[in-house]
Amino acid sequence: MVSMSTKDKLRDPGFRRELMQQDRITGSEILLRMLLLEGVECVFGYPGGALLYIYDAMHGNEHFKHLLARHEQGAIHAADGYARATGRTGVCIATSGPGATNLVTGIATACMDSVPLVVITGNVATSLIGTDAFQEADIVGITQPVTKHSYLVQRVEDLAVTIRQAFRIANEGRKGPVLIDIPKDVSAASTTFIYPEIEAVEDAAELGASQEAAAAELADMIRAAEKPVILAGGGVIHSEAAEVMRNFAEKLNLPVTTTLMGLGSIPGGHPLSLGMPGMHGTYTANQALINCDLLISCGARFDDRVTMRLDGFARGARIVHIDIDEAEIGKLVRADLAVKGDVKAVLERALRIAEPIEPRPWNSQIASWKQAVPLRYTASEKELKPQYVIEMISRTTRGQAIVTTDVGQHQMWTAQFYQFSHPRSLITSGGLGTMGFGFPSAIGAQIGCPDKLVISVNGDGGMQMCVQELAVCAINRIPVKIVIINNQTLGMIKQWQEVIYESRYSHIDLSGSPDFVKLGEAYGVKSLRATTPREAEEAWKEALGTDGPVLIDFHVSRDEYVYPMVPQGQSLEDMILGDEDR
Amino acid sequence: MTKHTISVLVADQPGVLQRVCGLFGRRGYNIDSISVGRSESEGCSRIILVTSCEERIADQICQQLNKLIDVIQVKLLSKKPLLTRELMLIKCHAAAGARQEILGLADTFRCSVIDVGAETMTIQVVGDREKNTAFLQILRPFGIVEVTGTGVTAVNRG
Repeated sequence: MVSMSTKDKLRDPGFRRELMQQDRITGSEILLRMLLLEGVECVFGYPGGALLYIYDAMHGNEHFKHLLARHEQGAIHAADGYARATGRTGVCIATSGPGATNLVTGIATACMDSVPLVVITGNVATSLIGTDAFQEADIVGITQPVTKHSYLVQRVEDLAVTIRQAFRIANEGRKGPVLIDIPKDVSAASTTFIYPEIEAVEDAAELGASQEAAAAELADMIRAAEKPVILAGGGVIHSEAAEVMRNFAEKLNLPVTTTLMGLGSIPGGHPLSLGMPGMHGTYTANQALINCDLLISCGARFDDRVTMRLDGFARGARIVHIDIDEAEIGKLVRADLAVKGDVKAVLERALRIAEPIEPRPWNSQIASWKQAVPLRYTASEKELKPQYVIEMISRTTRGQAIVTTDVGQHQMWTAQFYQFSHPRSLITSGGLGTMGFGFPSAIGAQIGCPDKLVISVNGDGGMQMCVQELAVCAINRIPVKIVIINNQTLGMIKQWQEVIYESRYSHIDLSGSPDFVKLGEAYGVKSLRATTPREAEEAWKEALGTDGPVLIDFHVSRDEYVYPMVPQGQSLEDMILGDEDR
Repeated sequence: MTKHTISVLVADQPGVLQRVCGLFGRRGYNIDSISVGRSESEGCSRIILVTSCEERIADQICQQLNKLIDVIQVKLLSKKPLLTRELMLIKCHAAAGARQEILGLADTFRCSVIDVGAETMTIQVVGDREKNTAFLQILRPFGIVEVTGTGVTAVNRG
């Protein structure tokens, strides 16, 4: 675990001066110094031939923290979880060839969800590049579509400035992953270290003027609207805009629906919160999107899982689109008011000039929808329902934990039934939908937030995709509470095969193996099993009372489906509520 | 679908052309023509791209290009009056008896003959795409051996 002293040390001017000394050092040492100067408290990685000089420089370096994963994919998802939980840049390192290609899924995951990562790969020596050398892969070329930017460092003299630029690019504007490929001879070569100065770019003043005008127009539009709604996306989390958005919503009585990536930007139990919209969204959120006359999108990108069929989406509404990435505005949905900028900066201006507005009839309409059609499931005393497990976790942690999820039914149930109360408390692969993300991302989140309770919710399918990282938890005593919603099935696929493919279940049965309790114990992680609600309560209580990592294998009913549901290719109006008694 | 001409000023960095072309490929935009060459700034090249799409998509292409770190400036040239030129080299059959006629045609189109061989002549034609296409048609009956073109380069008027 990273101690507080490491963080403080990285901020200590004396220590920084020491790091900035103009010594003649190797590329490997430059890399470590630059990472420390960027405030990196932990790097997630896996060594290899092309990284030998770099790992040699790590040896005996007491300041530089490295967490050894068991697979490069585990390392990068951990770096990603660290970044999402803390808002700081995640850093991971892997060797050339297969080490680098094992990162691709993780890079794409971070890119889709705008997560700031600096990804370092070793490469073969510059003299061997392009010769099909052992463990050579063109990782810059391979990752070009899924990185914000990438570098192949050809000279040791360019290394320091490249690292500084990479961190800036990863964090500037819409955040994202940046890859730095370092050939072996560059990490070996020496040069005089000079801490690089780089120029800042964004013209804040110019943006400010246009935002001021947009904020005034937005205020007018809200005053004129009868049925306004805010659609809050991941941008609200990334820009730390949750508090100002909540104040804005409260002052003007604007209902807020949060996308999967935006969950936590307004507390789940808040009277203005509608929950998540879209394919598995709440009835209220989808009704609000269908019927609104003003849609204010804050850092959301109108993903197809939110809008469903685009031609029918928010038909009668004027649309305000606030986004830091101009390319998102008008990409899928026309914007009546386009506001380019940081959502926090824009909402701060809007909040300053807006006059309070009393609740409208629309607010009562929404309240009655909420009451009439809440999220529901049929409880059982004998069978353990997956929704029950999530509700239990939410209740016992009062929505205060950091929860990571994998992808599938359990992810949607977590989004629906866990009452997220803070930004950065849900860590999930929304855009790419990466199975195998849930567990390793929790390791990173726990490293970044050592004082918080971190819970990783997984399905029995996705858990097996990065299960090897149990070793990391066990050996380093990383106290993640690992929840497996085990229905012995690829549940989301089963659900689709039932609804769309007339119950022709194809390759979705996972029953019989593994025994997760034995598996967890084999890795040295305390492991429990629960098959009834009562056992679940007991096991969970025991897990929460345990200091180290705990795995809890919740055997849930196999035939539970995620509802509501809007089948792909249909409009939000075509929502299936799921239980016959409605 | 109309043709749009986009001017992209890029830093001379390794892989920059791949980044620009890759973006077109993965987002499903097509490239009718591309030309890369120098620009007014040292260390920068200018790429002129011609693409056929709706205006909304052309704006989207410009915004996506703008996000590439090595892209310095993007202009949708076809929003304003523009000048376009393409250089083409045409090698055609030119037996002794045909040479005079070809020379006359080249003169009419203000093209220059830049090589004369035993069996062929090579003519350089500079103009917009229509003129170059017209000239190529005129030469077809003589027998075209090889044609190569630069792709369109362009600049706004005034």
